[in-house]
Amino acid sequence: MYEFQYHRPNSLEDAAKLFDAAGDPQYLAGGQTLIPVMKQRLAMPSDLIDIGRIGDLHGITADKNALTIGAMTTHAQVASCDKVRESIPALASLANHIGDPAVRNRGTLGGSIANNDPAADYPAALVALGASVQTTSREIAAEAFFTGLFETALEEGEMIVKVTFPVTDCAGYEKFPNPASRYATVGVFVARTKERVRVAVTGAGLSVFRAGDIEAALETDFSPDALDGISISADGLNSDLHASAEYRANLIIVLARRAAAKANAA
Amino acid sequence: MPQLSLSVNARPVSADVEPRCLLSNLLREHLGLTGTHIGCDTSQCGACVVLVDGKAIKSCTMFAHQAEGCEVTTIEGLAGEGTLHPMQEAFRDHHALQCGFCTPGMIMASVALARDNPALDEAAVCKGLEGNLCRCTGYQNIIRAVLAGAKSMRGKHDV
Ligand SMILES: Cc1cc2nc3c(=O)[nH]c(=O)nc-3n(C[C@H](O)[C@H](O)[C@H](O)COP(=O)(O)OP(=O)(O)OC[C@H]3O[C@@H](n4cnc5c(N)ncnc54)[C@H](O)[C@@H]3O)c2cc1C
Ligand code: FES
Ligand code: FES
Repeated sequence: MYEFQYHRPNSLEDAAKLFDAAGDPQYLAGGQTLIPVMKQRLAMPSDLIDIGRIGDLHGITADKNALTIGAMTTHAQVASCDKVRESIPALASLANHIGDPAVRNRGTLGGSIANNDPAADYPAALVALGASVQTTSREIAAEAFFTGLFETALEEGEMIVKVTFPVTDCAGYEKFPNPASRYATVGVFVARTKERVRVAVTGAGLSVFRAGDIEAALETDFSPDALDGISISADGLNSDLHASAEYRANLIIVLARRAAAKANAA
Repeated sequence: MPQLSLSVNARPVSADVEPRCLLSNLLREHLGLTGTHIGCDTSQCGACVVLVDGKAIKSCTMFAHQAEGCEVTTIEGLAGEGTLHPMQEAFRDHHALQCGFCTPGMIMASVALARDNPALDEAAVCKGLEGNLCRCTGYQNIIRAVLAGAKSMRGKHDV
């Protein structure tokens, strides 16, 4: 790993000042992606700004309409928080199946969505639940936030502060985990609010996307059987040593059925 | 070089280490606590798991400076004077190791798992140890040991 300067600000203002003053800085959250990438020398920041001790980035609040989770909240905290388990249980369950316990004890919501790995779990939840991302300068709707392969709408130096999830009637998430990393080979999040259904797919494309045909079928009949006869085109889907595009296309339907069944049971 | 202060196995420690020094390097190279093993150095194997403020984490995937002010417990910090920790005892009794390379990480992860889950069953042990790889045992005896160790931890206070 290349050398760098380390900073640990206690406020958003200090973090912004440090960022502006540094040559090629990067924020450090849980480090579960950034540290491995730095070891491979694929990232070589001049300065790491550790945002772990900034109070404004921590905490989970809930009211009857929405759940708000601070960017530095770890996957383990989301998984075990009663407020999350009561208002959006599918989100707690998703967090509980990211990586392994040690990864969940360090990795954070903010780090996961800032990184926007094509196989990450959280992007599917944000898009299906219609979440909004509050940054240090603005609010961004989830669908506008994830812009491409490892790309987001974040500008240079802009930091994610928290994410707000509107509470839904019911939701379910199912993934086919890579057996080694447990990243999603494919993951499908189904959410229903009033009569609207949103279905978001991760792991299958360059970035998370909504599955319109599945949404339409579930809006007519919110049951797994409503997906009988629907197929997804493999065009443009990821193909790698873990799974071909055709296999992923099929998984989308299989997992959507399971996610809908889970949402119905919730 | 920035100064770092933390507690390791209930002893205060200060060190002058580079920002890029990993917690695993601090423990092994600066403090001589070589019980924490480096299996992969790529966040995959769990041989380097230690407790930071009671939580199991991969010490190869945390900078030493991120542990400023924290309480770190390593495998060396578990045993009492002349007595093994119940989880260590259970690993010995159930033949839960062969080469022993994965064992420190397995035991630290298992201690955290047992503390956090008063009612552990086999499925919970398997899920709880997903981040710990063993190339030798086939895991069966590790699962038996963790269930037994968790049971004897419940019978004791302050473990
Ligand atoms: C073995 C292993 C298994 C894993 N399995 C899964 C899995 O199954 N599913 C899954 O989804 N993920 C998985 N991950 C990834 C894990 O969830 C990471 O925690 C996550 O991707 C990054 O979060 P972090 O807090 O560690 O961020 P870091 O590694 O600290 O940062 C990642 C990037 O985000 C930026 N960043 C961090 N916080 C902010 C912020 N608040 N504002 C702006 N930018 C920010 C950083 O600058 C950096 O570029 C796995 C990781 C490992 C090591
Ligand atoms: S050495 Fe840390 S996970 Fe393998
Ligand atoms: S006992 Fe050899 S790796 Fe587990």
